[in-house]
Amino acid sequence: MRSSTTAKFDIGENEYQPVNGLITRTRPFTGADKLFEIQLPDGEELGHQPGQFVQLLVPGVGEAPFSVTSSPTKPGPFELTIRAVGNVTRALHNMEPGDTVGIRGPYGSGFDPDVFEGEDILFIAGGIGLAPLRSMINYTLDERERFGELTTVYGCKEPVEQLYPDELEEWAEGDAMEYFETVDQCPQDQEWDGPTGVITSIIPEVDIDVETTKVLVCGPPVMYKFVLQELDEMGVPDGNIYLSLERNMHCGRGLCGHCQINELYVCTDGPVFHYPVVRDKQEAEV
Amino acid sequence: MKVIDKPEFEALLDETIASDRRDVVGVQDDGEKYVFDDLRSAADLALEYDVTMLSPKKYLMPQRETILEYRDTDGEFEWRAKAEPDGKVIVGIHPYDLVAIEQLDKIFIDTLRDEPYRQKRENSLLIGANMQDASETAFAASMGTATTDSGYDLMLTDLGETYAVNIGTLEGKEFLNSADVRKATAQEVQEVERIEQEDVPDLFERELDFSPALLPTILEENYDNMEFWEDYSEKCLSCGTCNMVCPTCYCFSVDMIRDLGTNSGRESRRWDGCLLEDFASVAGDENFREEVAERHRHRFMRKGWYIYERYGDIACIGCGRCTSECVADVADPCDVYNKLHQEVQAHAQ
Ligand SMILES: Cc1cc2nc3c(=O)[nH]c(=O)nc-3n(C[C@H](O)[C@H](O)[C@H](O)COP(=O)(O)OP(=O)(O)OC[C@H]3O[C@@H](n4cnc5c(N)ncnc54)[C@H](O)[C@@H]3O)c2cc1C
Ligand code: SF4
Ligand code: SF4
Ligand code: FES
Repeated sequence: MRSSTTAKFDIGENEYQPVNGLITRTRPFTGADKLFEIQLPDGEELGHQPGQFVQLLVPGVGEAPFSVTSSPTKPGPFELTIRAVGNVTRALHNMEPGDTVGIRGPYGSGFDPDVFEGEDILFIAGGIGLAPLRSMINYTLDERERFGELTTVYGCKEPVEQLYPDELEEWAEGDAMEYFETVDQCPQDQEWDGPTGVITSIIPEVDIDVETTKVLVCGPPVMYKFVLQELDEMGVPDGNIYLSLERNMHCGRGLCGHCQINELYVCTDGPVFHYPVVRDKQEAEV
Repeated sequence: MKVIDKPEFEALLDETIASDRRDVVGVQDDGEKYVFDDLRSAADLALEYDVTMLSPKKYLMPQRETILEYRDTDGEFEWRAKAEPDGKVIVGIHPYDLVAIEQLDKIFIDTLRDEPYRQKRENSLLIGANMQDASETAFAASMGTATTDSGYDLMLTDLGETYAVNIGTLEGKEFLNSADVRKATAQEVQEVERIEQEDVPDLFERELDFSPALLPTILEENYDNMEFWEDYSEKCLSCGTCNMVCPTCYCFSVDMIRDLGTNSGRESRRWDGCLLEDFASVAGDENFREEVAERHRHRFMRKGWYIYERYGDIACIGCGRCTSECVADVADPCDVYNKLHQEVQAHAQ
C-alpha cells in the first residue's frame, strides 16, 4: 500500500498548517452518525486514496482523525461520516452547512485500487467501519469493469445504526455487487426483516472463491479476531486480507506516539495494513 | 582540538549573554538540583554536575508550545501554523543528552520534518561538557553514551586551568572566533583521551550485564513474560513521570484552546507519556493498553526494541533520570534490562 505522510495540496512549509474546509452539506442517519460534505478552498480536490484519513480541526474544540468515506471517483467536495462520541465529534454534529473546519491530510496508507485491479473483492464492515470501506466500495462500483466479483457483508449492533440507507438498498437490489447484512439484535421499537446475529454468522453464507478473493475488513477492535478466525476456517489465505485499524491519534504524522503498534504507526504505516504485516505484531491484537 | 583558559571562556560566554540575540542557558545549581536555566553570568555555570533534573530537550521541544493559531475576523477564517525559531545557546550538555538530541534530530528533522522542532534545533548552539560526575542511577557507560564524538557544536573537557575544546561544527568554530584560543598540545589531546577512556567510565556505579546490542532481542523474547511485567509494575502509579523526565521520550498530545470571549485561539502541544492511563484509549471504552503492566511493558519495548526496529537507535541513553524521579521506585531500566537478561539466560538453560 502506498504510504503518504505529506498532504497533497499545498500546505506551505509547515506540515501542521490546515486549510479551510467549508461544510457544504450534512445528513443525519438514524443513529448517532452524520454525513458531512466538505469543500476545500477553490474547489480543490482532496486527492485521497480510498481508506486514507484526514485530521479535522474544530475551532476551539479539538482535532481528530476521520476516514474519507467518499470515493476519489466522486468529483468535488469529499465526505466524512462521523459518530458523536466525544468533544470533537459532538461539536461537529452541532455544526451546519456554511461553517468552517480545518483539514490536514490526506494521511496514511489506503487501499491502492491498482493492487485490486481484476480481482474479486469481499468487503467486511462492522458498524462505523463501513465509513472507510465505502470509499473503496464506491470506487469499485464507479469503475466496475476494472474489478472482478464484488461482495459486501455489513453488520451493525442494531438497525438504527445502519449508514447510507439509500446506497444499501441499491447495493442489495443492483447486479453490480452481492450484498449481505445483519444486526446483532433488533430492539422491540425498531424494525428489521433481515437476519440477526453477529457478523461472523453470515460470512460463511457468502459465495466467494476463497483462494483468490481479496478481503478488506474494517470494524470495531473486537471484530477482527473473530472475523479473521472465520476467514481462516474458510480457507482464505492471510496474504489476501487487508485490515483498516483504528488507534488513538494526535498528529497523523508518525510522531506523537499514540497510534503505535510495535514499531509501526497506524497513521503512516496504516490505517490500511496488509494482514501479514500486522499478524505477528503483538500490539495489533488481530 | 583547541584550548581556552577558563577566564577567557567565561568572558566569551558573558559577551555572548550580553550580545547574542538568543537566550544563553546553562547548567546551574538551584540549591537542590542541577538544572538547565537562563544564564545571567558565566560564573553561575556548574559544569561539575552529575545530572540535570530535565534534559535540554525542554528547549527544543518545550513541555508546552503553540503549534497553530486560528482567527475568525468578519467571516474570514484563518489558520496559521506556528514554529517559533527561538533557538538557544545551551552550555554544558553531557554526552548522553547529546546522543538523545541526535536521536530526536533523526526523527524530527531527517525523517519526518517537524517544523517547530527544526526551527528551534537549527537555531541553537550546543556546547557539550564531558562528565566530571555521574548520578548514582546513571549507566551511560554501558549504553555507550558516556562520551560522544558527534552531536555538538563544541565539546568542553575540564583540564583544571583550561578547557580543551573539540569543534564539532563550523558554527562552533565561529563561536570561538573572537576569543583567545590556541591549539592543544599533544599532552593535552592525550589527557582528554585519558579522561574519556578512564575517568568517565569510572564515574558509574551501575552497569548493564550484557551488550546493549542484545536489548532488542531480549525484550522481544520477554514480550509475553506477563508475570515479570505484572510483578514489576505492581507498585507503579501510572504518573508518567518516567516519561516526562526522559530525554529520548518525545510523545505528545495536542490541545485546542479558545481565547475566552473571542473567536480566536490556538493549538498547543504538550508532552504526553505512554504510562498515563488514557494514552492509547479510543472511543467506545476501548483502551489498547488498559493494564498498567501493558503500559509498563510498552515503555521498555519502545525504548529498547521498537525504536531500534524503526530508526536503528536504542532509545535509552542511560541517564538514570527515570530511576531517580520515580516515587514508586520501579522505573529503573538498568535493573529491568538486567533482570530480563537473566530471565532469558535461565530459560536457555
Ligand atoms: C484512522 C482513523 C479513522 C477514523 N475514522 C472515523 C470515521 O470515519 N468516523 C468516525 O466517527 N470516527 C472515526 N475515527 C474515530 C474518531 O477519530 C474518534 O471517534 C474521535 O477521535 C473522538 O474524538 P472526540 O473528541 O469526539 O472524543 P473525545 O472527547 O476525545 O473522547 C471520546 C473517546 O475517544 C477517545 N479518543 C480521543 N482522541 C482520540 C483520537 N484522536 N483518536 C481516537 N480516539 C480518540 C478518547 O480516549 C475517549 O475514549 C477514526 C479514527 C482513526 C484513528
Ligand atoms: S514507573 Fe514510576 S515514574 Fe513511571 S509511571 Fe510508574 S510510578 Fe510513575
Ligand atoms: S529510560 Fe530512563 S535512563 Fe533511559 S534515557 Fe530515559 S530517563 Fe534516561
Ligand atoms: S497519530 Fe501521531 S504517531 Fe500516529
